[in-house]
Amino acid sequence: MLEQIDLSQVNWARAQFALTAMFHWIFVPLTLGLSFLVAFFESLYVKTGKVEWKRITRFWMGLFAINFAIGVATGIIMEFEFGTNWSNYSWMVGDIFGAPLAIEGIFAFFIEATFFAVMFFGWERVSKKTHLFATWMVAVGSNLSALWILVANGWMQLPIGMVFNPDNARFEMQNFWAVLFSPVAISKFTHASASGFLLASLFVVAVSSWFLLHNRHQQLAKRSILVAAIFGLLAAGFVAISGDEAAFTNARVQPMKLAAMEALYDGQRPSGLIPFGLLNPAKQPGDAQDPFLFKVEIPGVLSLLATRMWDSYVPGIDDLVYGNPQRQVMGATEKVARGRLAVAALGRYKEARKAGDGTAAAAALAEFQSHQEYLGYGYLKSAEAAVPPVALTFYSFRLMVFLGLACMVVLALFLYFTWQGRIAEKPWLLRLGVASLFLGYLASELGWIVAEVGRQPWAIQNLLPVTVANSNLSTASVQTTFFLFLAIFSILLVAEIRIMLKQIKIGPEGL
Amino acid sequence: MFGQLALPQLQQLWWLIVSVVGSIFLFLTFVQGGQTLLFTLPQGEREKLLVVNSLGRKWELTFTTLVLFGGALFAAFPLFYATSFGGAYWVWILILFTFVGQAVSYEYRRKPDNLLGARTFEILLLVNGSLGILLIGTAVGTFFSGSNFTLNDYRLVTWQHPLRGLEAAFVPFNVALGVFLVFHARVLGALYLINNIDHQALNGRCRQAAFVNLLWALPFLLFVLVSLLVMDGYAVDPATGRIALEGGKYLHNLLAMPVVAALLLVGLVLVVWGVVAVRFRESRRGIWFAGVGTVLVGLALFSLAGYHDTAFYPSKADLQSSLTIHNASSSHYTLTAMSYVALAVPFVLVYIAYFWRLMDARPLTAEQMEGEHCKDLY
Repeated sequence: MLEQIDLSQVNWARAQFALTAMFHWIFVPLTLGLSFLVAFFESLYVKTGKVEWKRITRFWMGLFAINFAIGVATGIIMEFEFGTNWSNYSWMVGDIFGAPLAIEGIFAFFIEATFFAVMFFGWERVSKKTHLFATWMVAVGSNLSALWILVANGWMQLPIGMVFNPDNARFEMQNFWAVLFSPVAISKFTHASASGFLLASLFVVAVSSWFLLHNRHQQLAKRSILVAAIFGLLAAGFVAISGDEAAFTNARVQPMKLAAMEALYDGQRPSGLIPFGLLNPAKQPGDAQDPFLFKVEIPGVLSLLATRMWDSYVPGIDDLVYGNPQRQVMGATEKVARGRLAVAALGRYKEARKAGDGTAAAAALAEFQSHQEYLGYGYLKSAEAAVPPVALTFYSFRLMVFLGLACMVVLALFLYFTWQGRIAEKPWLLRLGVASLFLGYLASELGWIVAEVGRQPWAIQNLLPVTVANSNLSTASVQTTFFLFLAIFSILLVAEIRIMLKQIKIGPEGL
Repeated sequence: MFGQLALPQLQQLWWLIVSVVGSIFLFLTFVQGGQTLLFTLPQGEREKLLVVNSLGRKWELTFTTLVLFGGALFAAFPLFYATSFGGAYWVWILILFTFVGQAVSYEYRRKPDNLLGARTFEILLLVNGSLGILLIGTAVGTFFSGSNFTLNDYRLVTWQHPLRGLEAAFVPFNVALGVFLVFHARVLGALYLINNIDHQALNGRCRQAAFVNLLWALPFLLFVLVSLLVMDGYAVDPATGRIALEGGKYLHNLLAMPVVAALLLVGLVLVVWGVVAVRFRESRRGIWFAGVGTVLVGLALFSLAGYHDTAFYPSKADLQSSLTIHNASSSHYTLTAMSYVALAVPFVLVYIAYFWRLMDARPLTAEQMEGEHCKDLY
């Protein structure tokens, strides 16, 4: 397998996937959250019978549709890119990874597709209650879709419920329920969907603030803000709780990611949290340099977050690369050595099977099985290759947390002043409300950077590095598609923003 | 229940499930066919609105079925997913681009400030309906004509042709199948519009279009059928798993599987009857005959490709790299688990049919393209 490694092609493939995922994630959170907000608004309409709520529903529904279309467009690329750009991955883990994608199609996409049409075109064709049901089903379908794709993503971060089949050279599922209820999958789904609710609430608040700043559609804006601020605040609380759970899970299943998030090189007991810090760009794993040029540290808090205990040990990057026998941490150095033994034994096993030499095959298989836990490490060029980009992960994590907290404060202020009936008298807050949307988007994208950059170099944690997972393509092919995707998605994004802005300017009368 | 089945039985079951999804997709390409009629069929903006909005209420079903087809192949036959998508890179990328264009076009076409103008989005719909379907046809054609790949000991693919899948578009059989599917989609599109729109003049043109496009489709269909009957196929020795070329393999398959031959014949008759019914008997229900017929023909084609010891994704470059439903499938456990999941498919089909019926209880009319309702239109 190693003869297929072409680092430049791999990096372009990674860039292409990152590009697609980040474009896709511009639209998905809004779909996840706005679908529920629209369902809330329509429920109020059906319950109260007041036409104003119907007007509010239809206004936000119109904006939802504009966003939904481009989310679908970028989504199909993501599914098929696993095959086009990561075909080795698709074969080696398709037995497990394909299932959630197929289930997503059966259980989520058809709900969305069917009820989307009823929601938009059924106002005059179905009863009021059937229409409300359709709107709720769009919200449920959208979020079910997120569940299944995040189950798939969670399995990449914590590969469980499977076994390696040396005859097929692939991983095969053994326990569907373990894959579905993986702790990473659950924390991924709750964290990502709640962040979508938060972002959608910020969207509603931002657009409504703009209306209030321009003295337009005051009733629509105030009512929308009230519902969105309550929903957003609840979501923000959940984002914080599920984020804490995600960090706790990381400490157990992806300690290297956690170490990179904290730029923790030398593990300590207890370990402090660094809310503010400036990294030393010259720092390399294993050297004696201080990782920080400047830092503010809160003692013991990292230990608490990672293990729920104040004085516990948290391993650092150097421990995880070079090992720490005192703390019983096996380093990547040893894992790479054992992984190479596994790779070599697997090769011998395949050769012996081909030659029909049962004795040699059995011996090779036994050796392979004693090291197979470290198979993925056998493809790394060095132990240091197991370290993700530290600076990007470290800064992205901090920025995400601070922006998330800031958004929470903004929503709390909106709720307070709306409740007091004074929101229209606070232009500074309304301007902040408009700006907070961009902060929310930034936080949302940064979250995925932390999750995905922080787990490099793995496509499947510890088992399959990206250098083995990619397709056997020329660099030029992937470069070409990268720029084609960039151009097409950029054009569509500009079109979407222009349409959205125009529709907001037109207001509810035009939708 | 499913756990008691042997692996080969599960593989056959899953090839059937994938074939059903793929065949339903072929039926739902009436959306793509309708998109290609957009430039010629409607006269005036109001008629165009009728056509776009009629198709626009169904486009997501076609799109979703395609995604499910991909997902089902990934789950059940991951080696095909890896080999075809990772190998025939450019043909799949181009197909994807045409569907990306479709996904935004309905929503953005008439919106003010849409950057590209309504005409551009209509062209994207045309490209999706013509080039997209043509390329899907050529890709399906390789199930019979073969592709240029090899697999190594770890079953990782290397594509042997620099065009990375686009070379399939230069094989006459594949091109004929692709062109047939384009005209066939246009037939279905016209039949669907007759059923879904109440507009006398437009319906008249649709009846004519269905008939004319069927006439255009027939020579390509004939070429495909005759080629299938006489071409060499990729036979699998069930004892050893070795693959060899066999003259008249697909004819042998038809003779060995009379049910498949019946599906093919009945399907073709139903498609033709669907057109005849609307052209000469003023029926509005031709889409249902042609739709069922399309599904039956699709099932027959997929059965010919995958059953009766046949390699469904043959390699011209290395016969032994060819994919069969046995060497390309997921494990027994995964196929079993997915079979339980697939029990939900009939339920999904029922609620789709229920809400489709509810929404289409009254055909679209020109009056609905103006006034207050106009705000909701594509």
